[in-house]
Amino acid sequence: MRPAQGKLSIEGAPPREPGPDRAVVFQDFDQLFAWRTVRDNVVYALRTARRFSKAEAGRRADDVLALVDITRAAERYPHELSGGMKQRAAIARAIALEPTMLLMDEPFGALDAITRQQLQIELARICASTAVTVVLVTHSIQEAIYLGDRVMVMSSFPARVREIVLTAHASDVDTPEFAHLTGHLRQLLVRT
Amino acid sequence: MSALRDAWARLPAAARYALLTFTLLALWQAYVTLGHVSPLLFASPLAVARALGAGFASGRLITATGATLEVLLGGLLLGSLAGFALASFAAFSRFGQDLLVVLSAIFNPLPSIAILPLAMIWFGLRPQSIVFVVALATIWPVALNTDNGFRTISTTTQLAARNLGLRGWKLVTDVLLPAALPAIVTGLKSAWAFGWRTVVAAELVFGVAGSSGGLGWYINNARYFLQTADIFAGLVVISVLGILVEALFGLLERRTVVRWGMKRAA
Repeated sequence: MRPAQGKLSIEGAPPREPGPDRAVVFQDFDQLFAWRTVRDNVVYALRTARRFSKAEAGRRADDVLALVDITRAAERYPHELSGGMKQRAAIARAIALEPTMLLMDEPFGALDAITRQQLQIELARICASTAVTVVLVTHSIQEAIYLGDRVMVMSSFPARVREIVLTAHASDVDTPEFAHLTGHLRQLLVRT
Repeated sequence: MSALRDAWARLPAAARYALLTFTLLALWQAYVTLGHVSPLLFASPLAVARALGAGFASGRLITATGATLEVLLGGLLLGSLAGFALASFAAFSRFGQDLLVVLSAIFNPLPSIAILPLAMIWFGLRPQSIVFVVALATIWPVALNTDNGFRTISTTTQLAARNLGLRGWKLVTDVLLPAALPAIVTGLKSAWAFGWRTVVAAELVFGVAGSSGGLGWYINNARYFLQTADIFAGLVVISVLGILVEALFGLLERRTVVRWGMKRAA
Protein backbone atom coordinates (compact mmCIF):
# COMPACT_ATOMS: atom_id res chain seq x y z
CA MET A 1 0.00 0.00 0.00
CA ARG A 2 1.32 3.41 -0.99
CA PRO A 3 0.27 6.54 0.90
CA ALA A 4 -0.67 9.58 -1.20
CA GLN A 5 1.69 11.57 0.96
CA GLY A 6 3.59 11.09 4.17
CA LYS A 7 4.80 7.75 5.49
CA LEU A 8 3.07 4.52 6.44
CA SER A 9 4.81 2.53 9.11
CA ILE A 10 4.05 -0.03 11.80
CA GLU A 11 6.55 -0.12 14.62
CA GLY A 12 9.05 1.70 12.45
CA ALA A 13 8.81 -0.46 9.33
CA PRO A 14 6.50 -0.05 6.34
CA PRO A 15 3.89 -2.87 6.09
CA ARG A 16 4.55 -4.96 2.98
CA GLU A 17 1.91 -7.67 2.96
CA PRO A 18 -0.93 -8.97 5.12
CA GLY A 19 0.17 -10.97 8.12
CA PRO A 20 -1.22 -12.56 11.25
CA ASP A 21 0.56 -10.03 13.49
CA ARG A 22 -2.17 -7.68 12.26
CA ALA A 23 -5.23 -9.88 12.67
CA VAL A 24 -8.37 -8.68 10.93
CA VAL A 25 -12.00 -9.13 11.92
CA PHE A 26 -14.34 -8.38 9.02
CA GLN A 27 -17.97 -7.36 8.93
CA ASP A 28 -19.05 -10.28 6.74
CA PHE A 29 -19.96 -13.54 8.40
CA ASP A 30 -18.16 -15.68 5.82
CA GLN A 31 -14.73 -14.80 7.18
CA LEU A 32 -14.78 -18.11 9.05
CA PHE A 33 -13.93 -21.18 6.98
CA ALA A 34 -17.26 -22.92 6.44
CA TRP A 35 -15.65 -26.37 6.22
CA ARG A 36 -14.13 -26.21 9.68
CA THR A 37 -15.82 -26.19 13.05
CA VAL A 38 -15.42 -23.12 15.24
CA ARG A 39 -12.65 -24.80 17.22
CA ASP A 40 -10.97 -26.06 14.04
CA ASN A 41 -11.02 -22.55 12.62
CA VAL A 42 -9.01 -21.32 15.60
CA VAL A 43 -6.73 -24.38 15.70
CA TYR A 44 -6.05 -24.13 11.96
CA ALA A 45 -5.19 -20.43 12.26
CA LEU A 46 -2.78 -21.13 15.11
CA ARG A 47 -1.11 -24.02 13.31
CA THR A 48 -0.80 -22.13 10.03
CA ALA A 49 0.05 -18.62 11.13
CA ARG A 50 1.87 -19.35 14.37
CA ARG A 51 3.16 -22.88 13.67
CA PHE A 52 1.83 -24.17 16.98
CA SER A 53 1.89 -27.91 17.60
CA LYS A 54 -1.46 -29.65 17.46
CA ALA A 55 -1.75 -30.06 21.24
CA GLU A 56 -0.60 -26.52 21.93
CA ALA A 57 -3.00 -25.06 19.36
CA GLY A 58 -5.85 -27.09 20.84
CA ARG A 59 -5.15 -25.85 24.35
CA ARG A 60 -4.86 -22.25 23.26
CA ALA A 61 -8.04 -22.53 21.15
CA ASP A 62 -9.99 -23.83 24.13
CA ASP A 63 -8.75 -20.94 26.27
CA VAL A 64 -9.74 -18.34 23.70
CA LEU A 65 -13.13 -19.89 23.02
CA ALA A 66 -13.80 -19.73 26.75
CA LEU A 67 -12.66 -16.10 26.81
CA VAL A 68 -15.22 -15.06 24.16
CA ASP A 69 -17.80 -17.40 25.68
CA ILE A 70 -18.53 -19.76 22.78
CA THR A 71 -17.18 -23.00 24.23
CA ARG A 72 -20.58 -24.62 23.84
CA ALA A 73 -20.48 -23.94 20.06
CA ALA A 74 -16.89 -25.15 19.64
CA GLU A 75 -17.75 -28.23 17.60
CA ARG A 76 -20.35 -26.51 15.43
CA TYR A 77 -19.88 -25.46 11.82
CA PRO A 78 -20.20 -21.71 11.14
CA HIS A 79 -23.48 -22.05 9.23
CA GLU A 80 -25.08 -23.47 12.36
CA LEU A 81 -24.37 -20.28 14.34
CA SER A 82 -26.16 -16.96 14.66
CA GLY A 83 -24.49 -13.81 13.34
CA GLY A 84 -23.40 -12.79 16.82
CA MET A 85 -21.85 -16.18 17.51
CA LYS A 86 -19.98 -16.08 14.20
CA GLN A 87 -18.51 -12.71 15.10
CA ARG A 88 -17.50 -14.06 18.50
CA ALA A 89 -15.76 -16.95 16.75
CA ALA A 90 -14.00 -14.57 14.37
CA ILE A 91 -12.82 -12.46 17.29
CA ALA A 92 -11.63 -15.63 19.02
CA ARG A 93 -9.63 -16.64 15.97
CA ALA A 94 -8.10 -13.17 15.70
CA ILE A 95 -7.05 -12.78 19.32
CA ALA A 96 -5.81 -16.38 19.51
CA LEU A 97 -3.03 -15.30 17.15
CA GLU A 98 -1.87 -12.80 19.79
CA PRO A 99 -1.48 -10.07 17.20
CA THR A 100 0.25 -6.80 18.02
CA MET A 101 -2.66 -5.13 16.30
CA LEU A 102 -6.30 -6.12 15.90
CA LEU A 103 -7.98 -4.50 12.91
CA MET A 104 -11.76 -4.55 13.03
CA ASP A 105 -13.75 -3.43 10.00
CA GLU A 106 -17.27 -2.72 11.28
CA PRO A 107 -17.28 -6.04 13.12
CA PHE A 108 -20.73 -5.53 14.60
CA GLY A 109 -22.29 -3.71 11.64
CA ALA A 110 -24.54 -6.57 10.57
CA LEU A 111 -25.81 -7.46 14.04
CA ASP A 112 -29.05 -6.55 15.77
CA ALA A 113 -28.88 -3.80 18.40
CA ILE A 114 -28.97 -6.04 21.47
CA THR A 115 -26.37 -8.53 20.24
CA ARG A 116 -24.27 -5.60 19.16
CA GLN A 117 -24.33 -4.08 22.63
CA GLN A 118 -23.48 -7.43 24.22
CA LEU A 119 -20.49 -7.87 21.95
CA GLN A 120 -19.32 -4.32 22.62
CA ILE A 121 -19.24 -5.06 26.33
CA GLU A 122 -17.41 -8.35 25.66
CA LEU A 123 -14.89 -6.69 23.37
CA ALA A 124 -14.13 -4.03 25.97
CA ARG A 125 -13.58 -6.79 28.53
CA ILE A 126 -11.37 -8.85 26.18
CA CYS A 127 -9.27 -5.84 25.21
CA ALA A 128 -8.76 -5.00 28.87
CA SER A 129 -7.47 -8.54 29.48
CA THR A 130 -5.00 -8.52 26.57
CA ALA A 131 -2.38 -6.03 25.54
CA VAL A 132 -3.53 -5.71 21.94
CA THR A 133 -3.95 -2.42 20.06
CA VAL A 134 -7.34 -2.32 18.38
CA VAL A 135 -8.19 -0.22 15.35
CA LEU A 136 -11.94 -0.38 14.85
CA VAL A 137 -13.94 1.17 12.04
CA THR A 138 -17.54 1.96 12.86
CA HIS A 139 -20.47 4.08 11.77
CA SER A 140 -21.91 4.13 15.26
CA ILE A 141 -21.02 7.20 17.33
CA GLN A 142 -22.06 5.42 20.50
CA GLU A 143 -19.83 2.46 19.67
CA ALA A 144 -16.88 4.72 18.91
CA ILE A 145 -17.13 6.59 22.21
CA TYR A 146 -17.86 3.50 24.27
CA LEU A 147 -15.07 1.32 22.87
CA GLY A 148 -12.54 3.89 21.76
CA ASP A 149 -9.81 5.72 23.58
CA ARG A 150 -9.12 7.94 20.61
CA VAL A 151 -11.80 8.53 17.98
CA MET A 152 -10.57 9.70 14.58
CA VAL A 153 -13.45 11.27 12.71
CA MET A 154 -13.07 10.80 8.95
CA SER A 155 -14.63 12.72 6.10
CA SER A 156 -15.68 10.71 3.06
CA PHE A 157 -14.57 12.62 -0.07
CA PRO A 158 -11.69 13.13 0.19
CA ALA A 159 -11.05 10.80 3.10
CA ARG A 160 -9.31 12.90 5.70
CA VAL A 161 -9.06 12.88 9.46
CA ARG A 162 -11.27 15.76 10.60
CA GLU A 163 -10.39 15.58 14.24
CA ILE A 164 -9.03 13.23 16.85
CA VAL A 165 -11.25 13.15 19.92
CA LEU A 166 -10.08 11.63 23.18
CA THR A 167 -12.78 9.44 24.67
CA ALA A 168 -10.88 7.09 26.99
CA HIS A 169 -12.65 8.30 30.12
CA ALA A 170 -16.17 8.06 28.65
CA SER A 171 -17.55 4.56 29.07
CA ASP A 172 -20.84 5.17 30.84
CA VAL A 173 -23.53 5.98 28.34
CA ASP A 174 -25.77 7.71 30.87
CA THR A 175 -23.47 10.60 31.69
CA PRO A 176 -23.58 14.21 30.50
CA GLU A 177 -20.04 13.79 29.26
CA PHE A 178 -21.06 10.91 26.97
CA ALA A 179 -23.92 12.99 25.64
CA HIS A 180 -21.61 15.92 25.06
CA LEU A 181 -19.10 13.78 23.12
CA THR A 182 -21.93 12.29 21.07
CA GLY A 183 -23.12 15.73 20.09
CA HIS A 184 -19.61 16.83 19.23
CA LEU A 185 -18.92 13.81 17.03
CA ARG A 186 -22.26 14.13 15.29
CA GLN A 187 -21.47 17.74 14.45
CA LEU A 188 -18.11 16.73 13.03
CA LEU A 189 -19.77 14.08 10.86
CA VAL A 190 -22.58 16.18 9.42
CA ARG A 191 -20.37 19.19 8.72
CA THR A 192 -19.78 19.51 5.01
CA MET B 1 -59.18 -40.74 -4.71
CA SER B 2 -57.73 -38.20 -2.31
CA ALA B 3 -57.46 -40.92 0.33
CA LEU B 4 -55.32 -42.88 -2.09
CA ARG B 5 -53.23 -39.84 -2.77
CA ASP B 6 -52.67 -39.26 0.94
CA ALA B 7 -51.71 -42.89 1.46
CA TRP B 8 -49.18 -42.60 -1.38
CA ALA B 9 -47.66 -39.44 0.06
CA ARG B 10 -47.40 -41.04 3.50
CA LEU B 11 -45.25 -43.89 2.21
CA PRO B 12 -41.50 -43.51 2.65
CA ALA B 13 -39.71 -42.34 -0.50
CA ALA B 14 -37.88 -45.65 -0.96
CA ALA B 15 -41.20 -47.53 -0.89
CA ARG B 16 -42.77 -45.13 -3.42
CA TYR B 17 -39.85 -45.56 -5.82
CA ALA B 18 -39.82 -49.33 -5.36
CA LEU B 19 -43.55 -49.56 -6.00
CA LEU B 20 -43.27 -47.44 -9.14
CA THR B 21 -40.36 -49.48 -10.44
CA PHE B 22 -42.20 -52.71 -9.73
CA THR B 23 -45.32 -51.44 -11.51
CA LEU B 24 -43.29 -50.47 -14.57
CA LEU B 25 -41.66 -53.90 -14.60
CA ALA B 26 -45.08 -55.58 -14.31
CA LEU B 27 -46.46 -53.51 -17.21
CA TRP B 28 -43.41 -54.42 -19.27
CA GLN B 29 -43.81 -58.11 -18.48
CA ALA B 30 -47.55 -57.97 -19.25
CA TYR B 31 -46.88 -56.28 -22.59
CA VAL B 32 -44.43 -58.96 -23.65
CA THR B 33 -46.50 -61.91 -22.37
CA LEU B 34 -49.97 -60.79 -23.43
CA GLY B 35 -48.84 -59.09 -26.65
CA HIS B 36 -46.96 -62.17 -27.86
CA VAL B 37 -44.00 -60.00 -28.77
CA SER B 38 -41.20 -61.82 -30.52
CA PRO B 39 -38.34 -62.40 -28.03
CA LEU B 40 -35.97 -61.42 -30.85
CA LEU B 41 -37.37 -57.88 -30.74
CA PHE B 42 -38.16 -57.30 -27.11
CA ALA B 43 -37.12 -59.25 -24.03
CA SER B 44 -39.39 -59.56 -21.00
CA PRO B 45 -38.11 -58.53 -17.55
CA LEU B 46 -37.94 -62.19 -16.57
CA ALA B 47 -35.86 -63.03 -19.63
CA VAL B 48 -33.61 -60.08 -18.87
CA ALA B 49 -33.22 -61.28 -15.30
CA ARG B 50 -32.23 -64.71 -16.61
CA ALA B 51 -29.77 -63.13 -19.05
CA LEU B 52 -28.31 -61.06 -16.21
CA GLY B 53 -27.95 -64.17 -14.08
CA ALA B 54 -26.32 -66.14 -16.87
CA GLY B 55 -24.05 -63.20 -17.75
CA PHE B 56 -22.82 -62.87 -14.19
CA ALA B 57 -22.55 -66.63 -13.71
CA SER B 58 -20.39 -67.05 -16.81
CA GLY B 59 -18.35 -64.00 -15.77
CA ARG B 60 -18.71 -62.37 -19.17
CA LEU B 61 -20.87 -59.54 -17.87
CA ILE B 62 -18.49 -59.00 -14.95
CA THR B 63 -15.48 -58.86 -17.25
CA ALA B 64 -17.28 -56.44 -19.55
CA THR B 65 -18.29 -54.21 -16.64
CA GLY B 66 -14.76 -54.31 -15.29
CA ALA B 67 -13.31 -53.37 -18.67
CA THR B 68 -15.70 -50.43 -19.02
CA LEU B 69 -15.07 -49.15 -15.50
CA GLU B 70 -11.33 -49.46 -15.96
CA VAL B 71 -11.13 -47.26 -19.04
CA LEU B 72 -13.75 -44.91 -17.60
CA LEU B 73 -11.90 -44.39 -14.32
CA GLY B 74 -8.59 -43.99 -16.15
CA GLY B 75 -10.05 -41.34 -18.44
CA LEU B 76 -11.95 -39.65 -15.62
CA LEU B 77 -8.81 -39.45 -13.48
CA LEU B 78 -6.67 -38.05 -16.30
CA GLY B 79 -9.35 -35.62 -17.44
CA SER B 80 -10.17 -34.41 -13.94
CA LEU B 81 -6.54 -33.84 -13.00
CA ALA B 82 -5.89 -31.97 -16.23
CA GLY B 83 -9.08 -29.95 -15.78
CA PHE B 84 -8.20 -29.13 -12.20
CA ALA B 85 -4.67 -28.12 -13.16
CA LEU B 86 -6.02 -25.90 -15.94
CA ALA B 87 -8.45 -24.20 -13.55
CA SER B 88 -5.73 -23.69 -10.92
CA PHE B 89 -3.47 -22.16 -13.54
CA ALA B 90 -6.34 -19.90 -14.57
CA ALA B 91 -6.86 -18.85 -10.95
CA PHE B 92 -3.31 -17.56 -10.67
CA SER B 93 -2.61 -15.90 -13.99
CA ARG B 94 -4.28 -13.87 -16.68
CA PHE B 95 -2.59 -16.07 -19.29
CA GLY B 96 -4.00 -19.20 -17.67
CA GLN B 97 -7.48 -17.67 -17.66
CA ASP B 98 -7.17 -16.80 -21.37
CA LEU B 99 -5.85 -20.27 -22.15
CA LEU B 100 -8.84 -21.84 -20.42
CA VAL B 101 -11.29 -19.58 -22.26
CA VAL B 102 -9.81 -20.33 -25.69
CA LEU B 103 -9.24 -24.06 -25.20
CA SER B 104 -12.68 -24.71 -23.73
CA ALA B 105 -14.35 -22.57 -26.41
CA ILE B 106 -12.72 -24.71 -29.10
CA PHE B 107 -13.00 -28.16 -27.57
CA ASN B 108 -16.03 -28.05 -25.30
CA PRO B 109 -18.59 -27.98 -28.17
CA LEU B 110 -16.93 -31.01 -29.78
CA PRO B 111 -18.59 -34.25 -28.70
CA SER B 112 -15.46 -36.08 -27.65
CA ILE B 113 -16.73 -39.27 -29.29
CA ALA B 114 -16.04 -37.48 -32.58
CA ILE B 115 -12.35 -37.62 -31.69
CA LEU B 116 -12.44 -41.42 -31.50
CA PRO B 117 -11.39 -41.99 -35.14
CA LEU B 118 -8.36 -39.77 -34.55
CA ALA B 119 -7.61 -41.49 -31.27
CA MET B 120 -7.73 -44.84 -33.04
CA ILE B 121 -5.16 -43.62 -35.54
CA TRP B 122 -2.92 -42.30 -32.77
CA PHE B 123 -3.26 -45.03 -30.17
CA GLY B 124 -4.43 -47.97 -32.23
CA LEU B 125 -7.13 -50.45 -31.28
CA ARG B 126 -6.16 -50.34 -27.64
CA PRO B 127 -7.97 -49.22 -24.48
CA GLN B 128 -5.76 -46.10 -24.49
CA SER B 129 -7.87 -44.75 -27.35
CA ILE B 130 -11.02 -44.85 -25.23
CA VAL B 131 -9.19 -43.50 -22.18
CA PHE B 132 -8.07 -40.57 -24.28
CA VAL B 133 -11.57 -39.85 -25.55
CA VAL B 134 -13.07 -40.12 -22.05
CA ALA B 135 -10.37 -37.78 -20.68
CA LEU B 136 -11.31 -35.25 -23.37
CA ALA B 137 -14.96 -35.55 -22.40
CA THR B 138 -14.27 -34.93 -18.71
CA ILE B 139 -11.60 -32.24 -18.75
CA TRP B 140 -13.94 -29.38 -19.72
CA PRO B 141 -16.75 -29.84 -17.24
CA VAL B 142 -14.16 -30.17 -14.46
CA ALA B 143 -12.05 -27.22 -15.63
CA LEU B 144 -14.98 -24.85 -16.24
CA ASN B 145 -16.83 -25.69 -13.03
CA THR B 146 -13.68 -25.55 -10.90
CA ASP B 147 -12.72 -22.24 -12.48
CA ASN B 148 -16.20 -20.91 -11.77
CA GLY B 149 -15.92 -22.20 -8.21
CA PHE B 150 -12.58 -20.45 -7.70
CA ARG B 151 -13.88 -17.19 -9.10
CA THR B 152 -16.99 -17.12 -6.92
CA ILE B 153 -15.15 -17.62 -3.60
CA SER B 154 -16.18 -14.72 -1.40
CA THR B 155 -13.70 -11.87 -1.09
CA THR B 156 -13.88 -12.05 2.69
CA THR B 157 -12.89 -15.71 2.71
CA GLN B 158 -9.89 -14.91 0.54
CA LEU B 159 -8.92 -11.93 2.67
CA ALA B 160 -9.19 -14.05 5.81
CA ALA B 161 -6.89 -16.63 4.19
CA ARG B 162 -4.33 -14.01 3.23
CA ASN B 163 -4.49 -12.59 6.73
CA LEU B 164 -3.27 -15.96 8.01
CA GLY B 165 -0.34 -15.65 5.63
CA LEU B 166 -1.57 -18.36 3.25
CA ARG B 167 -0.37 -18.37 -0.32
CA GLY B 168 0.64 -20.60 -3.21
CA TRP B 169 -0.14 -24.29 -3.12
CA LYS B 170 -1.22 -24.24 0.54
CA LEU B 171 -3.76 -21.55 -0.29
CA VAL B 172 -5.14 -23.81 -3.03
CA THR B 173 -5.41 -26.98 -0.97
CA ASP B 174 -6.48 -25.43 2.34
CA VAL B 175 -8.87 -22.69 1.22
CA LEU B 176 -9.59 -22.44 -2.51
CA LEU B 177 -10.32 -26.15 -2.88
CA PRO B 178 -12.77 -26.56 0.01
CA ALA B 179 -14.34 -23.16 -0.68
CA ALA B 180 -14.93 -24.15 -4.30
CA LEU B 181 -15.94 -27.71 -3.49
CA PRO B 182 -19.66 -27.31 -4.33
CA ALA B 183 -18.72 -26.26 -7.87
CA ILE B 184 -15.99 -28.90 -8.11
CA VAL B 185 -18.41 -31.67 -7.17
CA THR B 186 -20.87 -30.34 -9.75
CA GLY B 187 -18.05 -30.50 -12.30
CA LEU B 188 -17.13 -34.06 -11.32
CA LYS B 189 -20.77 -35.10 -11.55
CA SER B 190 -21.18 -33.84 -15.08
CA ALA B 191 -17.74 -35.19 -15.96
CA TRP B 192 -18.92 -38.60 -14.79
CA ALA B 193 -22.12 -38.26 -16.83
CA PHE B 194 -20.22 -37.21 -19.97
CA GLY B 195 -17.58 -39.87 -19.43
CA TRP B 196 -20.11 -42.64 -18.86
CA ARG B 197 -21.99 -41.83 -22.07
CA THR B 198 -18.75 -41.44 -24.00
CA VAL B 199 -17.23 -44.71 -22.89
CA VAL B 200 -20.32 -46.74 -23.81
CA ALA B 201 -20.60 -44.99 -27.17
CA ALA B 202 -16.90 -45.52 -27.86
CA GLU B 203 -17.15 -49.21 -27.06
CA LEU B 204 -20.13 -49.58 -29.40
CA VAL B 205 -18.06 -48.16 -32.25
CA PHE B 206 -14.78 -49.65 -31.18
CA GLY B 207 -15.61 -53.26 -30.41
CA VAL B 208 -13.03 -55.27 -28.55
CA ALA B 209 -10.20 -53.27 -27.05
CA GLY B 210 -7.30 -55.46 -26.01
CA SER B 211 -8.22 -58.79 -24.54
CA SER B 212 -11.84 -58.10 -23.63
CA GLY B 213 -14.61 -55.70 -24.57
CA GLY B 214 -16.64 -53.49 -22.29
CA LEU B 215 -20.38 -53.09 -21.83
CA GLY B 216 -20.83 -51.25 -25.14
CA TRP B 217 -19.15 -54.12 -26.90
CA TYR B 218 -21.24 -56.59 -24.88
CA ILE B 219 -24.43 -54.95 -26.14
CA ASN B 220 -23.28 -54.74 -29.72
CA ASN B 221 -22.02 -58.30 -29.67
CA ALA B 222 -25.41 -59.53 -28.39
CA ARG B 223 -27.02 -57.72 -31.31
CA TYR B 224 -24.92 -59.69 -33.81
CA PHE B 225 -26.30 -62.90 -32.37
CA LEU B 226 -29.80 -61.49 -31.89
CA GLN B 227 -29.59 -62.24 -28.17
CA THR B 228 -31.98 -59.46 -27.34
CA ALA B 229 -32.19 -60.33 -23.65
CA ASP B 230 -28.42 -59.86 -23.38
CA ILE B 231 -28.73 -56.40 -24.93
CA PHE B 232 -31.24 -55.50 -22.25
CA ALA B 233 -29.01 -57.03 -19.58
CA GLY B 234 -26.15 -54.77 -20.67
CA LEU B 235 -28.43 -51.75 -20.58
CA VAL B 236 -29.65 -52.65 -17.09
CA VAL B 237 -26.08 -52.87 -15.81
CA ILE B 238 -25.27 -49.45 -17.33
CA SER B 239 -28.34 -47.89 -15.75
CA VAL B 240 -27.83 -49.48 -12.32
CA LEU B 241 -24.17 -48.43 -12.22
CA GLY B 242 -25.25 -44.90 -13.10
CA ILE B 243 -27.71 -44.89 -10.20
CA LEU B 244 -25.05 -46.21 -7.80
CA VAL B 245 -22.54 -43.53 -8.77
CA GLU B 246 -25.20 -40.82 -8.40
CA ALA B 247 -25.84 -42.15 -4.89
CA LEU B 248 -22.11 -42.07 -4.19
CA PHE B 249 -21.94 -38.41 -5.21
CA GLY B 250 -24.97 -37.72 -3.02
CA LEU B 251 -23.20 -39.30 -0.07
CA LEU B 252 -20.04 -37.28 -0.77
CA GLU B 253 -22.09 -34.07 -0.84
CA ARG B 254 -23.91 -34.86 2.38
CA ARG B 255 -20.59 -35.52 4.12
CA THR B 256 -19.03 -32.29 2.88
CA VAL B 257 -20.75 -29.32 1.29
CA VAL B 258 -24.19 -30.00 2.79
CA ARG B 259 -22.71 -30.55 6.24
CA TRP B 260 -20.78 -27.28 5.91
CA GLY B 261 -23.90 -25.39 4.92
CA MET B 262 -22.51 -24.53 1.46
CA LYS B 263 -25.25 -26.41 -0.32
CA ARG B 264 -28.72 -27.36 0.76
CA ALA B 265 -29.65 -31.02 0.98
CA ALA B 266 -31.52 -32.28 -2.07
